[in-house]
Amino acid sequence: MSWGETLSTGWHAIRAHSMRSLLTVLGILIGIAAVILTVGLGLGTQKDVSAQISSLGSNLLIVTPGSTTSSAGVRGGFGSSTTLTVADSEALASQTAAPDVEAVAPEKSASESLENGDTNWTTTVVGTTPSWTDVRSRTLAQGRFLTADDDTDQATNIVLGSETATELFGSPYAVGRTVTINDVSFTVVGVLSSAGASSSDDLDDTAVVPLATMASTIVGGTNRTSVSTIYVKAVGTDEISAAYQETQNLLLNLHGITNADNADFTVSSQDALVSTATSVYRTLTVLLTGIAALSLLVGGIGVMNIMLVSVTERTREIGLRKALGAPPTAIRRQFLTEASILGLSGGIVGAGLGILAAKVLPDVLDSSIVVSMPAVFGSIAIALAIGLVFGVYPAVRAARLAPIDALRSE
Amino acid sequence: MTTTTTTTAPWAASDAGAPATSTPVIELAGGRKTYRSGSIEFEALRGVDLRIDRGEYVAIMGPSGSGKSTLMNVLGCLDVLTTGEYRLAGNDVGELDEIDLATLRNEEIGFVFQQFHLLPSLSAWRNVELPLMYRGTQRAERKERASAALERVGLGDRLENRPGELSGGQQQRVAVARALVGEPALILADEPTGNLDTVSTEDVLALFDELHAQGRTIVLITHEPEVAERARRVVRVRDGVIQSDGPASALHDDRGYLHHDENGGVR
Repeated sequence: MSWGETLSTGWHAIRAHSMRSLLTVLGILIGIAAVILTVGLGLGTQKDVSAQISSLGSNLLIVTPGSTTSSAGVRGGFGSSTTLTVADSEALASQTAAPDVEAVAPEKSASESLENGDTNWTTTVVGTTPSWTDVRSRTLAQGRFLTADDDTDQATNIVLGSETATELFGSPYAVGRTVTINDVSFTVVGVLSSAGASSSDDLDDTAVVPLATMASTIVGGTNRTSVSTIYVKAVGTDEISAAYQETQNLLLNLHGITNADNADFTVSSQDALVSTATSVYRTLTVLLTGIAALSLLVGGIGVMNIMLVSVTERTREIGLRKALGAPPTAIRRQFLTEASILGLSGGIVGAGLGILAAKVLPDVLDSSIVVSMPAVFGSIAIALAIGLVFGVYPAVRAARLAPIDALRSE
Repeated sequence: MTTTTTTTAPWAASDAGAPATSTPVIELAGGRKTYRSGSIEFEALRGVDLRIDRGEYVAIMGPSGSGKSTLMNVLGCLDVLTTGEYRLAGNDVGELDEIDLATLRNEEIGFVFQQFHLLPSLSAWRNVELPLMYRGTQRAERKERASAALERVGLGDRLENRPGELSGGQQQRVAVARALVGEPALILADEPTGNLDTVSTEDVLALFDELHAQGRTIVLITHEPEVAERARRVVRVRDGVIQSDGPASALHDDRGYLHHDENGGVR
């Protein structure tokens, strides 16, 4: 009996019990769709996080107050410490002290309410220096960015993110208009270009003022010289580790700390942030995929169950086929083929469903799902293998039936 | 194997008109079959000698438990002897493994069963082509030969009907067509009329008569004398041995079920 005939006989037998076959396939189908979705969700989240981190700029080192509590990059005391100062930032910008640092942008940020007449909009207000656009890789859509003079004069000039401008003025064309923060009027001198493809809205919903103005007018208080973050841009990709060393050593010196373990600040690179985030999500993905794989196993047991029922139910057919001259190999092959068809169709339909869900779900979940082709073809292959493996026992049982007993069974 | 140990009915060759030199279809010598179930042994066949030549039409009769079903299984290569020798169309069955036995059944035996054993989901011709499928015959030829076989049993217009759409007699004729399609040396019918009404019984038996007239070798297992008397030769089995072996006409003479006259002294 040729393979073509074995296939058509198997297909025929499956069609003869379409409802039962459908329910069997469902088990595999759900498992495969779940594997594809969880792998896709994991990859998608990793991609989102990486995109978010790289959208900060390129070749960046991020200095934050507080010390590292573990080598994995978990920061302690972030936001609570005020150990970084404007002086630190100025020192890092020095060509002699840190030759591999191209530019430095200190940030002092706070959440504030911006007013335009009756319109209110709460956003993150960032106080920084003119080098911010270079360091954070931002460009202006209209107007100009803050200048050194703005800082020196503590000018009440402000640059808005495109979304913030739209929220306050109904359009991004806001240059020359006035916003009020804490009863102080600011003149809009520029509007930032949209940060583009990042899924995060934060980049476009912001307002930038001179650092000095931020310290004196908006935040006030005693910590006028402290900053929340210092962004350090290395000269090039190859200089990142040199820039890291220089930043670390310079700040240790300035803070009078001899042992690097006692540092009251943390320098992290984008790579470190990405790999930390990635490893967290990878663990999560592996865990979820494991659960999905379990449901595949259950699906496989379903296939075996149905094939065993099928062997029992078709004992007479098997006996007849043997009496008519079917060798044990032909019987075994027939049942294996049926089990494989069940597995494979579950795999293909499940993969289709998974891909479809990956297209629809991101709109609902607000998280991207990356359909990985290796995962799709891998799971289809696994589904086929499940059909084969769980089909072996029923097939061997069918092939072993003695024709006389099989013929006599009721 | 020597043929001298085989009981040969003297009328056998002449009745079928086959040359005496041709290989017999069935040569069974000293056939014993013992079933073992735990410590209990049961001897279903206790030394059976049987020779059936080409073209013969033989009925094997016997009450239930006589060993007739075991004999049928052995003759059909569905079961093997414990001791003794069985040659089917010249092939020594005792030396064959499971795969060769399957091939032998496929090529030399056409089965007709009491319960028809047709696959309900397949059309008539799909059922008939099954033996050819396991032989590796091409699809076009299979369809052609299956159609011819169905034509032969008078069902040329029912090729696409499924068994459920046919009467019992028609189903059994499909089964006969399936037995014929591979041109086997032997047609082995196990109670072929057991599930049929009188009209269908006559229908099927008439078909066997025709096939016999065309020179086919037919072995029919039955417990109904009316069916057995249609055969040319009747072999009676009781307690695992052949009790009598003679022409079917002996049934008419005697109307008795215990006919001891060995070697057909009646004729």
